[in-house]
Amino acid sequence: MTAQELTYLFVGLTFVLYIGIAIASRSSSTGEFYVAGGHVNPIANGAATAADWMSAASFLSMAGIIAFEGADGARYLMGWTGGYVLLALLFAPYLRKFGKYTVPDFVGDRYYSQTARMVAVVCVIFISFTYVAGQMRGVGIVFSRFLEVDINTGVIIGMAIVFFYSVLGGMKGITYTQVAQYCVLIFAYLVPAIYISIIMTGNPLPMLGLGSTIAGDSSIFLLDKLDGLTDELGMRIFTESNKSMIDMFFITAALMAGTAGLPHVIVRFFTVPRVRDARISAAYALVFIALLYTTAPAVAAFARINIIENIDSVSYSELPQWFKRWEEAGLLAWLDKNGDGDVQYRGGAALSPSKPIYSDERGVNGERELVNEATSGPNELYIDRDIIVLAHPEIAKLPDWVVALVAAGGLAAALSTAAGLLLVISTAISHDLLKKTLMPKISERQELLYARFAAAVAVLVAGLFGINPPGFVAEVVAFAFGLAAATFFPVIFLGIFYKKMNKEAAISAMLTGLIFTSSYIVYFKFIDPSANTSANWWFGISPEGIGTLGMIFSFFVALLVSRFTSPPPLEIQDLVDDIRVPVNSFEKVNET
Amino acid sequence: MKKEVMESYWRSNVRLVLVLLFVWFSVSFLAGIVFLDFLNQFRFFGYKLGFWFSTQGSIYTFVALIFFYAWCMNKIDEGHGVEEE
Repeated sequence: MTAQELTYLFVGLTFVLYIGIAIASRSSSTGEFYVAGGHVNPIANGAATAADWMSAASFLSMAGIIAFEGADGARYLMGWTGGYVLLALLFAPYLRKFGKYTVPDFVGDRYYSQTARMVAVVCVIFISFTYVAGQMRGVGIVFSRFLEVDINTGVIIGMAIVFFYSVLGGMKGITYTQVAQYCVLIFAYLVPAIYISIIMTGNPLPMLGLGSTIAGDSSIFLLDKLDGLTDELGMRIFTESNKSMIDMFFITAALMAGTAGLPHVIVRFFTVPRVRDARISAAYALVFIALLYTTAPAVAAFARINIIENIDSVSYSELPQWFKRWEEAGLLAWLDKNGDGDVQYRGGAALSPSKPIYSDERGVNGERELVNEATSGPNELYIDRDIIVLAHPEIAKLPDWVVALVAAGGLAAALSTAAGLLLVISTAISHDLLKKTLMPKISERQELLYARFAAAVAVLVAGLFGINPPGFVAEVVAFAFGLAAATFFPVIFLGIFYKKMNKEAAISAMLTGLIFTSSYIVYFKFIDPSANTSANWWFGISPEGIGTLGMIFSFFVALLVSRFTSPPPLEIQDLVDDIRVPVNSFEKVNET
Repeated sequence: MKKEVMESYWRSNVRLVLVLLFVWFSVSFLAGIVFLDFLNQFRFFGYKLGFWFSTQGSIYTFVALIFFYAWCMNKIDEGHGVEEE
């Protein structure tokens, strides 16, 4: 079978599996639709959380970012795992004890305010749509590269699958589908990594292979070799940091607090039976996530070495087949600056503007001709970071079935995250907006119907975003984390740990975080992108990391306002007491 | 449940969380970012130490922290008679 036939086979089989699971675990009540009835086993919930969390960005892009940024890429590794420590220690057990369906539920009840609930609903919907658009796009990309269907057809197939199991299955269907998707995605990520690790270092575990000596010469460590190669070619040295320390610090903190505050992750901890299950479930989730996250830097280093060795100083006519395929896809470009017919891969950008713009002509060596200007540097090669995970199995000359597996894994990562996000959006609409605010008299059956309807509409909107991506999708991902950090993190944290935290403080804190963070990002990303340089940033903090500063302001405002306004009513203080202990303490505390 | 029991339960909880967050902060923000260059002069197998913390060590520590937290909290629950069935 060809690689393409194998890809069809693997992707087809996994889709049949997801649909089968969805049919077997349909939801029949709002409790099942929102939180899977609260009966999910903690290990299963851990795997579902991991799939929910690891998106197309983790699976397809992260190793690529690390491959080209080296040590600076660690902000994603630490940020997207360290957030689970905050989630497990500060949020998960208490929100499980609170026992309602959504994050706006918590905000609305704890702060006894419909206004607070509405601000939370708006944040949830904005954050989730931002995120889901990127997932649908990821689905389209995998389809178009590997199955050679049109990118829009890819998005529509993806929509159909997600539509099926989220509208029908709700949280219950999604949970068990996500468990299966986790297995598919981790298998697809680890198999090529293990393969390549054995070839390059002889060590089957990529996390250890990264720190081993290279195969065939036990006197040279792999990372030293890579540092040497990057240094020699005038690139940034792989294991050394280049970003300013303060920016790394703030970005990592924003990613951590944002992770802990992301509604689609938090809501997963409402699905386990007990508080102690929520605690241990967070631990399992991080084990499952860490498997991929500790492998990613190894994949990155292996790929960088392979690319340099396979391409640099090789004549274009002798380049491997994969190079030409990705050049056709528009993700690689070569500009023969010195006219020697060889590819010179060096540090610095090759093209100006940096993304390739192809003419329809061919150059003298048969390469796609570019209309970009040459930069003054010696580098002749443009590589899109996103191809690392997808192209690496081919680069390392692995068998076709491994290449096919990666496509199925990328789809599993994108679909599982999209489904989790769509569920959060539909719940925010049917439960928080309709049931709790606009139409409190609807029956449970009607609410469930609205939930399904909202999920269907959300799938369609997400699909439209995937087909016509607003140009700003990549830019707004910084938004999702920054906003989650600056709005939800402070009010949830203080809601649990600070009994005197009241309604006025919560609303002003959320608005402070929301307005400050979004103004900063909108200014540098949309209003004046040319000013987006470290010289103009406040304290040298990039828009990616500004959520941390927004969070600090938000905390400050919350503490200030709560000092000058009246404390929350007694029953709210009792509610806080109650969520702090695993067992029901309510009446007994009041008696004493 | 008595008010004093609940207060002592909450104090033990907060103390544990503070200790664990100190470790969390040390392995990521301190070892992986602030002291990255300093630690990079030391070797840990084939890794520079700072690079190891930021790409591997911090993540392993996070996993261990959450398991330890879950285990300790179960003990604290039992010690205060608030464990779940």
